[in-house]
Amino acid sequence: MSTPIPPNWDTGADSLDRIDSYQVVGRNETRVDALKLAQGRGSFTDDIDLPGMLHLKMLWSPHAHARIRSIDTSAAEAMPGVVMVLHHGNVSRIPYTTAGQGHPEPSPYDQFIFPRKVRFVGDRVACVAAESAVQAARALAKIRVEYEVLEPVLDPHDALRPGAPVIHDEPEAFGLPDYDKAHNIAAAMHVEHGDVDAAFAEADLVLEREYSVPYQHHATAEPHIAITWLDEDQRLVVRVATQVPFHSRRILARILDFPLHRIRVVKPRVGGGFGGKQEILLEDLPALVTLRSGRPARLCLTRAEELASSRTRHPQILSWKTGVMRDGTLVAQELRVLANTGAYGAHALTVQTCTAGKTLPLYKARAYRFDMKTVYTNLPVAGAFRGYGGPQGFVAMECHMDEVAEKLGLDPLEFRRRNLIGPGHDNALAQALGEGKEGPPQRIRSCAIQECIDRGKAAIGWDRRDRLRSTGPIRRGIGMSCLMHGSGIPGVDMGSAHVKLNEDGSFNLHVGATDIGTGSDTILSQIAAETLAVPLEKVVIYSSDTDHTPFDTGAYASSTTFVSGAAVKKACEGVARQLREAAAEMWRVEGDPCTPEDLHLERGAVRRPDGRSLSYGEICLSTFYTHDQHQIMDHGSHMTFECPPPFAAHFAEVEVDTETGAIRVLRYVAAVDCGVPIHPQSCEGQTEGGVCTSLGYALSEDFIFNDAGRLLNDTYEDYKIPTALDVPEFETILVRSYEPAGPYGAKSVSEIPTDGPGPTIANAVAHALGIRFRSLPLTPEKVRKAWLKKEEARQRETEA
Amino acid sequence: MKIHLLVNGEPREWECEVHEFLTEALRRHGLVGTKRGCEDGACGACAVLLDGREVPSCIVLAAQADGHEITTIEGLGDPRHVHPIQAAFVAATAVQCGFCTPGMVVATKELLDHNPTPSAADARRRLAGHYCRCTGQIKPIQAVLDAAERVKGAQT
Repeated sequence: MSTPIPPNWDTGADSLDRIDSYQVVGRNETRVDALKLAQGRGSFTDDIDLPGMLHLKMLWSPHAHARIRSIDTSAAEAMPGVVMVLHHGNVSRIPYTTAGQGHPEPSPYDQFIFPRKVRFVGDRVACVAAESAVQAARALAKIRVEYEVLEPVLDPHDALRPGAPVIHDEPEAFGLPDYDKAHNIAAAMHVEHGDVDAAFAEADLVLEREYSVPYQHHATAEPHIAITWLDEDQRLVVRVATQVPFHSRRILARILDFPLHRIRVVKPRVGGGFGGKQEILLEDLPALVTLRSGRPARLCLTRAEELASSRTRHPQILSWKTGVMRDGTLVAQELRVLANTGAYGAHALTVQTCTAGKTLPLYKARAYRFDMKTVYTNLPVAGAFRGYGGPQGFVAMECHMDEVAEKLGLDPLEFRRRNLIGPGHDNALAQALGEGKEGPPQRIRSCAIQECIDRGKAAIGWDRRDRLRSTGPIRRGIGMSCLMHGSGIPGVDMGSAHVKLNEDGSFNLHVGATDIGTGSDTILSQIAAETLAVPLEKVVIYSSDTDHTPFDTGAYASSTTFVSGAAVKKACEGVARQLREAAAEMWRVEGDPCTPEDLHLERGAVRRPDGRSLSYGEICLSTFYTHDQHQIMDHGSHMTFECPPPFAAHFAEVEVDTETGAIRVLRYVAAVDCGVPIHPQSCEGQTEGGVCTSLGYALSEDFIFNDAGRLLNDTYEDYKIPTALDVPEFETILVRSYEPAGPYGAKSVSEIPTDGPGPTIANAVAHALGIRFRSLPLTPEKVRKAWLKKEEARQRETEA
Repeated sequence: MKIHLLVNGEPREWECEVHEFLTEALRRHGLVGTKRGCEDGACGACAVLLDGREVPSCIVLAAQADGHEITTIEGLGDPRHVHPIQAAFVAATAVQCGFCTPGMVVATKELLDHNPTPSAADARRRLAGHYCRCTGQIKPIQAVLDAAERVKGAQT
């Protein structure tokens, strides 16, 4: 793929003044859906009740690794209210991936609707459909399954051991060329740029350290849920909490062997996704029940099922190696990753590609090496999770940068500044780290990372750092990290929009883009209102319904504002042009001609230079009923090879109680360059929410398994996400920049905040205690143990 | 079994299963603003007021509500009469996915009924039982404080 850097390339610095002229963009408009949600008006998948609806309950595998010898469902089928029991013996066997990615998905096709061999505690075994949920649950106990229990693989290193049990021994599974199921390798990659060995040889200092990062559960407020039925034309309607309705339709059609045009996927309001709903996780089962019974069907996971059987963030072991000169100039960087995808390889390649792609290019070096293996284990399945490899990679890189700075005796912040990428610089790894194929080249346009550092540094009081308390049981520390992410998947993500004019001068905006709580319905409406010069309430948005909206890849990869927003802008520019042409035609008929090019749109009307105007309503009435009759409407699609990174600098001040090991984050500052914030409060909200998700990653969230691979902390009592009592005092700083490649100067904002807290807090704790933790989460137990060890070592030294 | 209760000020007589939880009974009667989040009493999405006190309706049996007064999110304003707490959550952009918001609004109602001038620490304590992955709780905390001002303003 060769897509040269565009000739009209610029950094956007000259466009900053444009922001002040915006009427709707850049303002904190009332979000279009906020009131109905605050009033609890039925909007979510589960908020409908259909007559005759069947309720589904799942039988999950009790074993980490076992072959199903036989299933006897006769007793279950005889139970009151039971309508059918689905299992591997009575459904089709078509390999697929649950990863809701573009076609062809770069994840291995290693799943079936029901497997013959279960591969983790919580894998699918059978599904009961009954008149009530209680009846379905009671029937589960009557299903007799005979298992041949196999040796499980419960550690990623063990997966690679010669002679390790082969988790995917079925002949049908296949993947990309590096897929090696015989050796439990779901994905692998090796990339080099420059002469890596020579660069390391020239370096004054070479430092290599290993880091490890844990599991994380998405903890969406709304669990995975789907309700299906046949409409009056016997078409299958799938109402599902999804981030990817169009991928859902495509994958369902294939695995159900049912014509795509007879499926309608509807995304109602979604109660949070964070990547967990970028997965075709459960809608296939109610769909099958509906197709076989003709009746509506509902499947909703419980919280324990969510924790054990949905998806997680990929745990990784990362080895980071840096070659650096004495003056702090980086010359070589090497990252080796061993990732654990669990039983199935959803997003096994691309999450790990992003672990390198979002991190390594942030600091310039002469040479880079990235080596990655994603292995199968008999543990819960990893997948997409907000940040998509970034939170893992930044823990390693940004802890490592502090360690290198310390070795060199440099201020960690000034050391970073010296090596950071900036406007006009090329991303050395963009082509090598594409989405399962070679990516397009990338030159950075807007980049305000240095200003993010300046402002964050001032807000946290970085200069107090040396004066913080370093004696007594309570220690304080300040840490920071620098971050970048992406805006959509270049050359892959595509969004589209359709706009039409109504008689009152309002517009219907139909988008495939999927608001899952991100605010995209509001943000896309703002882009439309700005382009059409109307107030926000004149835009009536409808999103994500495969029958009634045009295509969009979905809500993932920080793509919606940047990619789908540009599609909305294109569609609205087409409508704006038609409005000018129609107005010119009306004036021509009145005997007062003008050229459309001389007209402009302002406050809901097409205006002539002399101030005369025709309102959109007048134009619509004329084009509907009077003259040159047609519907003013247009559509736009957008795909781009550009992927402008947002940048950020995060700072935290922590207090560590050395007697209990408890860490309290006192203050958090996130300075972010997301281009022009279309809706500033929403950008703050994304930042606050993303940071707090990763506060849990840093401090409290992990999966705990017993020796048989069973998840032990599968309730909210035992799996601890941050609450209102845990979140620190918070400051979000939106740093001004203008991204020429984005609609109205916007870049993405949704994922970058999740990248920061892991390293920022680990660095602050290292500053507070003088102890470097290289493994998350930083639980009180872990901190206390390390402190005791340090104290013992100190005492031994004093005695000796 | 039959239960008699006052739901959002209206007397109701509902037929319930003995094992049915209050969340289910409410939703079965169209009050779907009360959400199923964890069905374990942990996440707060199902919060309602029982005689003015916040309870997780997913672990309260419908039978336990017999003879009591229940206030759900639907009892706190409608499209024509926006409750000041709801207005505060909307104005602060404290509503992202909105799944947890009804529970938070109900909790704020209870808080302000008993403590009309809450501190930020009070707001944090009150929201701590309401899990929210979208907002990081920062804007909901602001919304609670703003709601106190609005409620006061509406009363004077």
